[in-house]
Amino acid sequence: MTYDRPRFLAGGDKALFIEFGNAIAPKLGRRVQRLLLAIQNTGIPGLVEAVPTYRSVLIHYDPLQISPKELRDRLETLEQRAEDSQFPKPRVVEVPTVYGSEYGPDLEFVAKHSGLTPEEVVQIHTSTAYLIYMLGFIPGFAYLGGMSSRIATPRLDTPRSRIPSGSVGIAGNQTGIYPAESPGGWQLIGRTPLKLFDLHKEPPALLQAGNSVLFVRITLQEFTRIKEEVEQGTYEMKETPVA
Amino acid sequence: MEIFEVIQPGLLTTVQDLGRYGYQQYGVPVSGAMDNYALRVANLLVGNNEGEACLEITLLGLQVRVLGNTVIAITGADLSPMLNNSQLPMWEAVMVSRGDTISFPWPKRGCRSYLAVTGGIDVPKVMGSSSTYVKSCIGGLEGRPLRTGDRLKSGKMQMGTLGRRLPPQYLPEYGNQSELRVLLGPQDDHFTQEGIHTYLHSEYTISTEADRVGYRLQGSPIEHKAGADIISDGIPLGAVQVPGDGLPIILLADRQTTGGYTKIAVVITADIPKLAQAKPGDKVRFLQVTEEDAHRCLREYEQTIYTLKHWIQQGH
Repeated sequence: MTYDRPRFLAGGDKALFIEFGNAIAPKLGRRVQRLLLAIQNTGIPGLVEAVPTYRSVLIHYDPLQISPKELRDRLETLEQRAEDSQFPKPRVVEVPTVYGSEYGPDLEFVAKHSGLTPEEVVQIHTSTAYLIYMLGFIPGFAYLGGMSSRIATPRLDTPRSRIPSGSVGIAGNQTGIYPAESPGGWQLIGRTPLKLFDLHKEPPALLQAGNSVLFVRITLQEFTRIKEEVEQGTYEMKETPVA
Repeated sequence: MEIFEVIQPGLLTTVQDLGRYGYQQYGVPVSGAMDNYALRVANLLVGNNEGEACLEITLLGLQVRVLGNTVIAITGADLSPMLNNSQLPMWEAVMVSRGDTISFPWPKRGCRSYLAVTGGIDVPKVMGSSSTYVKSCIGGLEGRPLRTGDRLKSGKMQMGTLGRRLPPQYLPEYGNQSELRVLLGPQDDHFTQEGIHTYLHSEYTISTEADRVGYRLQGSPIEHKAGADIISDGIPLGAVQVPGDGLPIILLADRQTTGGYTKIAVVITADIPKLAQAKPGDKVRFLQVTEEDAHRCLREYEQTIYTLKHWIQQGH
């Protein structure tokens, strides 16, 4: 559901939410992204930072420099005037992924649960580009939208205590990539050799809200080669503008 | 120059400044000092800019050896700080010498103490900040709490700062009961009237699950209208999240950048420092204020620090 007019909601005395609707939908995602880019291009006094999420942008601001009323007015104007054509086109980022084997120990389970063969699961998982709605949960973790419900699988009953960084998983109707080693309950179907979060890079996250992710199947040999290239800093990301 | 060697790291001692801003859109938490007032005052007392990196010492156990003559100030919680075998005065600049030992043997009042040194604690800045976010190994000293044997460096030393004792009217009081002023929202409309009433009229106890991420509270469950889940959105400092069990969680410095539970209210900025000094077992109540009230409190809070800065710079 999209609201007729954006809702402004105070998040305490230093933060303001601007909310466009109450759903997870590409249309809302684009509005969020458009406002974020407009904010970044404008320079609002007292603006500390803006955090895009599925259906809202959280503005952290300094109320001693700008009143909430003035901030609201400015954001409203920006939002009305922002047009997609002003901003760089979103891109599809290819994420090379090896599926199955010890890198994707739950591929068989996901296949069984979906009544498909592992091959079909991979085929479905790699057939669509997933919109990056937002980053959160842990640094560099991207919330992706648009996975086919045909391969939706519930989380593990007992979460694993250690999931390697780069693991590609499914949880319910979501798919995602672990940017760092962490505990977790996602069904692991594969792994990418890409480094999703690097605190010495600017920006530190490989994936950014507004772009899309396309998983591309690779072999174990390619995995090893790309991993080496990533470590040496010679790997070139494959990106194309959204059609 | 090398300034401290860690003899005992204590329960949890980390390097913190005012936090890491601009990276929440990549999922990087803000972190920074839990008690922003104590950190800023500690820095001002030793002649630093208010946002330099300090040590945040949690409850007890830190012991360091001084490696070079310098000036320090200890603020925040009273963890019975000692200089060798005598009591170390708090909230004032103190000269320490090579070979001295500074220790924090037991907590008397409050939860987090700040140790500032002239020149600030010198660690490489990561994404613009010296603050440590332990969970993802970001910032501070190699992204982790201090360990025995660590050697810490300070930045450039500025002298002529001795004898600055904070006037008593600026000393915060840390009790076992706090009243926290809050602005309702952003999801107060997800709660029944009864639920809001419960929230604003009950006393909650800080549980043992209380750390830099947030404080889980115990007490009367708060009633939702129709479930606790929302589409994940951003989380401001001090947000009071209420998950399905109805028990509030106040989210603090190391909170995740986004979350999917209803937020009934947000604690005002001026009341975060006293919350940062509260411990498991302490009681809190919530008092609703308006946005204007909250901003007036924030102005007063910032005015206090501004006045203090000028008072110090005039050589008191």
